[in-house]
Amino acid sequence: MTDAATTLVDQSRTRSSGRWLYAASITLLCAWVIVPLYLLLINTLSAPETVNSFPKSFIPEFDLGSLQFFAGFRGMLEALRNSIVVALLTMVMSVLIGAPAGYALSRFEFRGKELFRMLILLTRAFPLPLLALPLAVLFIRTGLDDTAFGLALVHTTLALPFAVLITFSLFSGIPVELEEAAWTLGCTRLTAFTKVVLPLILPGITASAIFAFVISWNEVFAAAVLTIENRTLTAFLLQTLGEAPMHLKFAGGFILVVPALIFIFAVRKYLFAMWGIANR
Amino acid sequence: MAEIQIKNVAKRFGSYQALHDINLTIADQEFMVLLGASGCGKSTLLRIIAGLETQSTGEVWIGGRRIDHLPPKDRGIAMVFQNYAVFPHLTVFENIGFGLRMQKLPNDQVTRRVQRTAELMHIEQLLKRYSGELSGGQRQRVAVARALAMEPDVILMDEPLSNLDALLRLEMRAELKGVLAESNTTAIYVTHDQVEAMSLADRISVMHQGRIVQAASPVEVYRNPAERFVAGFIGNPPMNFLPAVNSGNGQWTVAGRSLPGPQSAAGNLDFAIRPEDLRIASEGLTARVRLVEPLGAHLLVTCDVEGTMFRAILDSDMAIRAGDHLTLAPMQDRIRWFDPETTRSVA
Repeated sequence: MTDAATTLVDQSRTRSSGRWLYAASITLLCAWVIVPLYLLLINTLSAPETVNSFPKSFIPEFDLGSLQFFAGFRGMLEALRNSIVVALLTMVMSVLIGAPAGYALSRFEFRGKELFRMLILLTRAFPLPLLALPLAVLFIRTGLDDTAFGLALVHTTLALPFAVLITFSLFSGIPVELEEAAWTLGCTRLTAFTKVVLPLILPGITASAIFAFVISWNEVFAAAVLTIENRTLTAFLLQTLGEAPMHLKFAGGFILVVPALIFIFAVRKYLFAMWGIANR
Repeated sequence: MAEIQIKNVAKRFGSYQALHDINLTIADQEFMVLLGASGCGKSTLLRIIAGLETQSTGEVWIGGRRIDHLPPKDRGIAMVFQNYAVFPHLTVFENIGFGLRMQKLPNDQVTRRVQRTAELMHIEQLLKRYSGELSGGQRQRVAVARALAMEPDVILMDEPLSNLDALLRLEMRAELKGVLAESNTTAIYVTHDQVEAMSLADRISVMHQGRIVQAASPVEVYRNPAERFVAGFIGNPPMNFLPAVNSGNGQWTVAGRSLPGPQSAAGNLDFAIRPEDLRIASEGLTARVRLVEPLGAHLLVTCDVEGTMFRAILDSDMAIRAGDHLTLAPMQDRIRWFDPETTRSVA
């Protein structure tokens, strides 16, 4: 009786301490993401003097000076447009190439399948700086240098492994019988795909597209090496902000982060779907 | 008219021979059950007929038309899958109407046929639901309705009831039989459940290791197994076997007793008898009782005849206990004989 009681108390104690640990980890993780973003926000919305002063205030001033400066900055909107174009191209290409590869990996048995899967991952094993010079030379020869399409090609290479592996796991999650049922009900392989598989997989495809978009949006090295006139936002800011005063660096960082944040927030439902949480 | 002819069909997966030279003719509107343990090739054969698998050699004909080179959609078949395969992104209505929409039928005709098959399967109140909102039994009904709505020449079913619980399976079994009998389609039904096979089939094809060992009516398969495998597979419990030695003039010595049997030159045969075809008598096989299991109306008595396990189903009025000695007389006209070499039945 007393034994049982102690066990009960012990259990509730472990449970509550477990809950504390859980809450603490969540708080820590959130702080890890939110605090830097918040500091970035404050400094962006502060007057130049406040940015460099100490101690800091944790309440933003809503001084739009730095942002206005950027809005008027020459080449700024152009770079933003380039970033979006390159990211969209990357998104489309990595889905168009990655999804069929993922489908083939999940549905067909072929020789060298395991090797193929490993090679996909290996593409991530080559550091971009190593490839930058040969790539630049190749791009100049073919006339792809300094174009959105050329850069999107490089970004697609970076995003493709993820696109293939994500879509592979998505396709594997859809029973073959659904497709077979569609074939017996009058579908060809293609119509079975468009009428049955595609609707089921669309959330996942969207998620992998977003992933590609973000990879391209964040990428700075290839963008800096391969573009000169048509810089993307990352490359543009890296180039122009090197010598800029602190408050402008903060504003630049803010401009980089916010669109990606808004984008991810808008499509977070699909990101969850990618991990199979809402994909029922 | 949809007679199905399977001619010399064989299937290899790499070095594994899944089907050996299958020949089978299924009459128009016949209900054929492919029965066998898992891995015997019954599902492979069904999938070859459906066009989901390609045979290594041989031909498949439906209604006088060779169809083995056609994609599934052009074979005039409909299929019901073990895991139902109801499309999760469509309502029940659109699921049942899926094949009709693919045939580009006008809207009012689709509605009419969906409505009719839904009523036939008693799911007309579920038409607006999605598969996630249905129970297993309801999904199964949708899957069958979807196949029936196509009004196919041939309906193929791959263990359609095995994911249902026991009571529901009984209910669906009876319903399936009724619905299919009215639909005038030829049906091929794959199962590993012999009771299901017995109760549904016009004819059963018993399959074993990639071969059809017997294709006959349920009673014939039960009473006159063509091979020792069938005798040991069908029936619960299956047939008892004892070695028999030829003592000349059609007399065979079984466990020390002389029994009349086939006129054969063979030295040895296997004697076989069903457990329910044994009676307690003054003369017969001497058996020592090992285990008694009351089944209500009957007793299932497991005994030992000269070191071989032997089962008898006896009347439950009898007081039999483990350790007792019984004298079991086989009913003469129910005894079957098998050649131990070829395992085939000997008359």
